[in-house]
Amino acid sequence: MNILIKNGRVVDPANGYDGVQDVFIANGKIESLGTEPAGFTAELTIDASDQWVMPGFVDLSASLREPGYEHKATIASESKAAVSAGYTAVCCLPDTTPVLDTPSVAQLILDKAEEAGYAKVLPFGALTVGLEGHTLSEMFALKKAGCVAVSQAPKNNINSQVLRRALQYAKTHDLLVVLKPEDVLIKDRGCVHEGAISSRLGLAGIPVSAETVAIAQLIQLAEETGARVHLTGLSSTKAVSMLARAQFANIAMTADVHAHQLHLTELDVGTFDANYHVSPPLRSASDRDALLAGVVEGILSVSSGHQPHEAEAKQAPFPSTEPGISSLETVLPLMLKLVDEKLLSLSQLVSSLAHGPSEILGLETGCLSVGAPADICIVKAKETWQIDEKNWLSRGMNTPYLGHQMKGRVTYTLVNGRLVFGK
Amino acid sequence: MGETVSAVDVEDIIDTMAGELAQEMKRKKRVDPLMIGVHTGGLWVAEKLHRKLGLKKPLGEIDISFYRDDFSRIGLNPQVKPSQIPCEVEGENIILVDDVLYTGRTSRAALNEIFDYGRPVSVTLAVLVDRGERELPLHADIVGLKLDLSPEKQVKLTGPAPLVLETNRN
Amino acid sequence: MSSSKQPASTSFKAPDSSRLQLDEQGRLRHFLTVESLSKDILTEIMDVAESFSSVGHQAVKKVPVLRGKTIVNLFFENSTRTRTTFDLAAKRLSADVINLNIATSATSKGESILDTIRNLEAMHADMFVVRHSDSGAAHFIANNVEPHVSVINAGDGSHAHPTQAMLDMFTIRQVKKDFSNLNVAIIGDILHSRVARSQIQALNTLGVKDIRVIAPRTLLPSDVGSLGAHAYGDLRQGLDNVDVIIMLRLQRERMGSALLPSEHEYFECFGLTEEKLAYAKPDVTVMHPGPINRGVEMDAAVADGAHSVILQQVTNGIAVRMAVMTLTLGHSRVAG
Repeated sequence: MNILIKNGRVVDPANGYDGVQDVFIANGKIESLGTEPAGFTAELTIDASDQWVMPGFVDLSASLREPGYEHKATIASESKAAVSAGYTAVCCLPDTTPVLDTPSVAQLILDKAEEAGYAKVLPFGALTVGLEGHTLSEMFALKKAGCVAVSQAPKNNINSQVLRRALQYAKTHDLLVVLKPEDVLIKDRGCVHEGAISSRLGLAGIPVSAETVAIAQLIQLAEETGARVHLTGLSSTKAVSMLARAQFANIAMTADVHAHQLHLTELDVGTFDANYHVSPPLRSASDRDALLAGVVEGILSVSSGHQPHEAEAKQAPFPSTEPGISSLETVLPLMLKLVDEKLLSLSQLVSSLAHGPSEILGLETGCLSVGAPADICIVKAKETWQIDEKNWLSRGMNTPYLGHQMKGRVTYTLVNGRLVFGK
Repeated sequence: MGETVSAVDVEDIIDTMAGELAQEMKRKKRVDPLMIGVHTGGLWVAEKLHRKLGLKKPLGEIDISFYRDDFSRIGLNPQVKPSQIPCEVEGENIILVDDVLYTGRTSRAALNEIFDYGRPVSVTLAVLVDRGERELPLHADIVGLKLDLSPEKQVKLTGPAPLVLETNRN
Repeated sequence: MSSSKQPASTSFKAPDSSRLQLDEQGRLRHFLTVESLSKDILTEIMDVAESFSSVGHQAVKKVPVLRGKTIVNLFFENSTRTRTTFDLAAKRLSADVINLNIATSATSKGESILDTIRNLEAMHADMFVVRHSDSGAAHFIANNVEPHVSVINAGDGSHAHPTQAMLDMFTIRQVKKDFSNLNVAIIGDILHSRVARSQIQALNTLGVKDIRVIAPRTLLPSDVGSLGAHAYGDLRQGLDNVDVIIMLRLQRERMGSALLPSEHEYFECFGLTEEKLAYAKPDVTVMHPGPINRGVEMDAAVADGAHSVILQQVTNGIAVRMAVMTLTLGHSRVAG
């Protein structure tokens, strides 16, 4: 279908562009910018006046729960929530049941995503069979079946020898390895940041070293093996500085931070509010500020860390609740709030949500270049809305922002030039 | 500030009560009764009566705070005193002494508390002031002074020395 | 290791449980934590406990204050001692008591805590006395009960044991009368201690001069300042000029988790003997929430000696629990 998006402010940091410009789409790709191509007749015209036209966001970390945990969420429900939130592609972690360690599971997930017809789902194949940390998975087969990376996330049950070999093997097949940096022995049964709140409330704490010890190990192994490693979900100042030094030394390591970690801190746990039980934990205000600085400087991309849960998962005393926030639909308003507060520029927002993740994954998306796939979202920055059960699309209602006023909403989303969300 | 009830000598009234009580005990053939005073005003009166009557059994004291029926509205008075009854209640002739009889609820609570200790043979109620307006079907056997007061007024015994009856606006 | 003498917890604003614990008139509805309760409320609890402390000595050991109310002891964690004192307290108030040891009942078969609560509410329970191994368990239950039901925290994980703290405060008041000039030392596994956390909060609210926690680094929380105390690793320094010593119980598991080498070394460094008592003031009071590990926390001479008020603590435990039950459940609340 030929689509014209007119009068919108196009924000495309990949091409260094920010201005009002028409966008012409044909055959699923961006045909032209600014000038109407010869013989172009728009079958659909979207008036994007006073709105922003951006490359669709790419999420580096989400649990879509299918197959195996359909009581929490499904690919259909979550990919729909994703496009309503401006995401045109979502990477799903391999923590499904059965684990995403065979081509057939990868194929199942891709089929479900296609059937639903919303956001693209990009599977992360398991790094080890069953995610058990002993045997290497058939990474070549997984890559052929459509996996864009391999990952052991969210688990960390892999010893240093197997980890090193897994990185070497992934390098052979030029696969990105996505890992959650966490030393499970130091973490032990911790459920909040080890700091003021854990001390006062008597909750087992997770010290920063649980993250930094793992990162130190991964930096050494990435350097030695030459593997491309992406760390998902950083949470501390120390982690950001370690990453910056590794990047400065040209080690092929990237990382992301979950959007809510740029706002919330350990104090939000308050009197045991399980909505703020997340992994990695919310840390101190200075950690939050350092994470934001990492995003501003382009060291960190931003992911959702989406973890939808059924109600019962949060209806227990704090330490016994399952960690995680259903976060896809709040990423954009949270990031826009930072732009409003002049802590982040609009092009940094687009870089961290779309361009950066696309580059990390080696995709052609994340930019509005001529010839790129037409993965686009259109945003009305000033529209305010209140989160309630009726307008929330994710099956997981586990968000601390329920009932809150949000500012900034997606009006249209296109995936491969097809309108998948919009009035 | 309360007004002293005019022309009332509490000591005189208690003297009269002692005489009436002695007669009552003799008439009903109640020998060697056990006297119990209700904290705080009733106990002051009981101490004097106990001495004037020369009773052999030591004086008992009860605090009815825990037995009040309006507990859930007004909460607990933290100045609760311990209740001490020096003999077995079982099989005794009790003289229960209180300062003011009004609605009857305090006496009801005191009776409940006494019965938690055991089963007395009889209970004789002696009060310094009866101001009428009962809400429960209770009467005093010995009354020192009858007073007719409007509901906004409160009568209080202050003490322990001197014992003075005062009325206050509620 | 001694720490700076900066007043503890000035910059840290502790989470406020008042909206949950108090009703619209500011009266106690639940008793979950000492945190955020005013000095007036803590004093009221002690005063009411005072009036109940004679009840056990009277010929009639019961008062009808909670007659007709049903109190459920919901113990998800075993404790015969604490459960017995709550049981006794409830019965002395003439309440009906149900004792549920959850490990052996439906919940271990997978019934959720919420379902257990709903079932008990359907049987007209008026109060839950809860002990659970998760910090925050009592808060969770209080957030999910009917408006007329009260919850008392009998110990949740490492978070709080408010009735223990109050009976300790009551005991200190009996012995020392005035809180304002006291130096109090708490010795032991502070990191895992709900008792210590509640005691520190109560002592701070009641306005003591100084609170010291004395323990090896492995048994101290990472942020002792936000807890409201000063940390010491040396017993002699920590006990200097101290009026009250509170010893905490050391659990055997700590040796297994590489937190301590042995009970012997613990006793050498942190155990109380008559000799070590001399580091403190001559009239120092020694307390322990019980049960005591003789030869680990203190030797027999101290446990049974003139400075110890440990048995007084036990007696006071019943009166304080009667007070807390009366204050939370004793005033009428409209249901719904």
